[in-house]
Amino acid sequence: MSDTTGSGPMLAADGTPLKESLGRALRRQKIRALALIAPLLLFVLLTFVIPIVSMLVRSVENQIVSDTLPGTIAALSEWDSTQGNAPSEDVFQNLFFDMFNAAEAKEHTKLGTRLNYENTGLASLFRTSGRSMDDIGEVFQDAIEDTDARFDDGAFWYEMMSGAGGDTLVADRRARWATLTGDSMSGDIGFTPSQEIAALLPMTATAYTDFAIWTAIEDDDVVAEEDPWEAVYVALAVDLRDPSRAAAIAGYNGAGADALQTLTATEMPDLTFADAFADLDEDWVSPDVWETVQVYSPSYTSGYFLNSVDRELTIDGVEARPQNEQLYIKLFGRTLWMSLIITSSCILLGYPVAWLLANLPVRTANVLMILVLLPFWTSLLVRTSAWKVLLQQQGVINELLVWLGFVDDANRLILMNNSTGTIIAMTHILLPFMILPLYSVMKTIPPTYLRAAKSLGATNWTAFWRVYFPQSVPGIGAGSILVFILAIGYYITPEIVGGTDGVFISNRIAYHISRSLNWGLAAALGTILLVLVLALYWVYDQIVGIDNVKLGG
Amino acid sequence: MAQTPEGEAFVEFERVQKSYDGETLVVKDLNLRMPKGEFLTMLGPSGSGKTTCLMMLAGFETATHGDIRLDGKSINDIPPHKRGIGMVFQNYALFPHMTIGENLAFPLEVRKMGRSERDEKVKRALDMVEMGAFGNRRPAQLSGGQQQRVALARALVFEPELVLMDEPLGALDKQLREKMQFEITDLAHNLGITTVYVTHDQTEALTMSDRVAVFDDGRIQQLAPPDELYEAPQNSFVAQFIGENNTLSGVVTQINDDKCLVRLDSGEEIDAKPVNVSQVGERTTVSIRPERVETNKERLSDDAHTLKAEVLEFIYMGDIFRTRLRVANSEEFIVKTRNAPDQPRLRPGEQIEIGWLPEDCRALDA
Repeated sequence: MSDTTGSGPMLAADGTPLKESLGRALRRQKIRALALIAPLLLFVLLTFVIPIVSMLVRSVENQIVSDTLPGTIAALSEWDSTQGNAPSEDVFQNLFFDMFNAAEAKEHTKLGTRLNYENTGLASLFRTSGRSMDDIGEVFQDAIEDTDARFDDGAFWYEMMSGAGGDTLVADRRARWATLTGDSMSGDIGFTPSQEIAALLPMTATAYTDFAIWTAIEDDDVVAEEDPWEAVYVALAVDLRDPSRAAAIAGYNGAGADALQTLTATEMPDLTFADAFADLDEDWVSPDVWETVQVYSPSYTSGYFLNSVDRELTIDGVEARPQNEQLYIKLFGRTLWMSLIITSSCILLGYPVAWLLANLPVRTANVLMILVLLPFWTSLLVRTSAWKVLLQQQGVINELLVWLGFVDDANRLILMNNSTGTIIAMTHILLPFMILPLYSVMKTIPPTYLRAAKSLGATNWTAFWRVYFPQSVPGIGAGSILVFILAIGYYITPEIVGGTDGVFISNRIAYHISRSLNWGLAAALGTILLVLVLALYWVYDQIVGIDNVKLGG
Repeated sequence: MAQTPEGEAFVEFERVQKSYDGETLVVKDLNLRMPKGEFLTMLGPSGSGKTTCLMMLAGFETATHGDIRLDGKSINDIPPHKRGIGMVFQNYALFPHMTIGENLAFPLEVRKMGRSERDEKVKRALDMVEMGAFGNRRPAQLSGGQQQRVALARALVFEPELVLMDEPLGALDKQLREKMQFEITDLAHNLGITTVYVTHDQTEALTMSDRVAVFDDGRIQQLAPPDELYEAPQNSFVAQFIGENNTLSGVVTQINDDKCLVRLDSGEEIDAKPVNVSQVGERTTVSIRPERVETNKERLSDDAHTLKAEVLEFIYMGDIFRTRLRVANSEEFIVKTRNAPDQPRLRPGEQIEIGWLPEDCRALDA
């Protein structure tokens, strides 16, 4: 009769090991269960997990600096901020070419906005300077065209620069533009630089390739027919500044060799980039600006998080922000503290209501339940606005108190645009979230417990406190978690009735998302809020135990 | 109606009425006197008012009219926690968040008893129900029978003189129930406590009680010791409700002190003992217990009236035989016979004659 063979594993009827057979049977069930929840899982993944993760990533992302000013950042690494001097000419030269391209692609303003979060004024510095890059370039362009008029001709340039073997350069520059603009920058540009000219005039070849890519792909023009942009002339002038180039150009015999040889013999304008930028705006030679650029040059930064806790990243490390700029720690503290008050008020107000609901006959309880749920059916905005009507100084509550003589007409209570308003309105709005779990837990506590306690000699209060209340604690736990977590992230109500004293951290997050557009900071604040909630949840689990939380049953 | 026992009444209901809605009475004019130490069971179908009576005694319901007295003092206005009455609830109502020990200590604690005395009493109470080893467990870790014992111990730990039990064995399986029945009665008698026990299970009522109060329609239909209740039901409700019972209806045609003649609706005449019929021509329901029916004509006296019967069904039940007969137009006439060597096993379709002693056939209200 026995299915087991001495020491061997238990076998199923067909001789396969029982474990394996069971596993197969269970696997089918698991797959079916998974298939059932797959749509929801996918939905949650697409609409919840991915957006949140991408938002969280924003809180540390900082590629915009190195993407927009790659050459400048590389050159700036040599610079020592502690000397108190402006960076070297090399940095400014790179800055010109980076800025020129960024201005063409209209990316320089974004960078300005980004750096403005860290150092106010940089937005306008980048915006106005971007427009002036052409002016710097024209100085060189005029000089070159004066020397040989052929340089005025796009076809001449094209012929001089074209050749074979420069595919790598095109690919490099294409990738560079792709990084800068975020577009793929693919397509035929109808131009390949000659390897010879690229070796002879590397900067010029790079600048011309940049011009070619932009012209062909973004402007949809034929490269050979367009006059090159100012940066190409600047690059040529920079190339020619190198005295060793003259000999190489003298030995060069490709297209436009004679024009280039004429140029080597001519004096180019003696303009340094540092001076040119200093002319545009004195700030460009201020070490303060360059400090900011250097500190925020890495692709990932802790800057947003430090900002979120009233710290800032400086060249000397992390420092506290000036007293008058500190905001977020206070705001986090206030959010937690007020959420705690709101949760406590909800317990105090919700407990008796839930008790009443749980102990009334079903029919009456259902009617009352509708009253509890009624707020769910009205718009949050409407309810909050209604509180505005009630709470204002000429509002219903004040009028009533004055009429009853509790409050002097001259000293009407300030119930709105402060934390009182937020607490009153939010307690009301979140109350159902406390009542419902409490109710469903209380519903499961049989009235015989109270009777038993009384029959054993307990007074009403003792029976309640020693017997009923401990059993309703899981409901309080569930309600508190719900209310507290909802409160911590609340936005609309504090926005409407909170004034300045009653706003939450969420209002600041919303401000950074929709007004200041500092999404990185908003993401960092949001991340801290999320971590805070998870931490509190953990603490709660340690103290109360999450198994003790019941939403019903 | 109720017999008044000897001596002082410990628990007394006097003209008690109860209405929940102001229109119908759930309890109608209840009078009941219980001496100290009695085990009284309130038995009745659901909705008969027995639980309401218990709740009024415990103080969870107030009487609409009348007086409830405990040890001579009216307790109408005393809140439940001051009545000092122990109570065992249907689902035990052990506090789930306390250990067994804490549950038992609770009534002592609210009475501000010192710790050492408390511990001792708890231990004694637990030992009394043989649950001494379970003091540190939670109620959910115990079986139904164990919870039942703990509930009992908790109701007794503060030494009340009166203990109320509201269908305490309802949730147990049959075997355990029977075992607990004996334990509860033993305990009650040994401790000398007065017990009011509510149940709808008549076997429980008969086996456990000193007296049983049969409730129906808000009234006590009969209050009597179990044997009297079974053998001498006062009316047809009690006869029907307690034990198995055969009824036949007819009209009284002749009556004297302890014997009457009833002509059944089928035309046959039988002897009966008049219980609540008083005159000729009155309609009556006669009641005969299945085990008092005689199928062997030779055992009956010569002048006994007999009835013709046809065997419809014969069921072998081990210790007894259960035979269903067609008698006087009724197809539900049951006869129980002991499984003895000389007892014939009837076959369906067989025609027999049945009879009984006149005193076993009680002519009750119609």
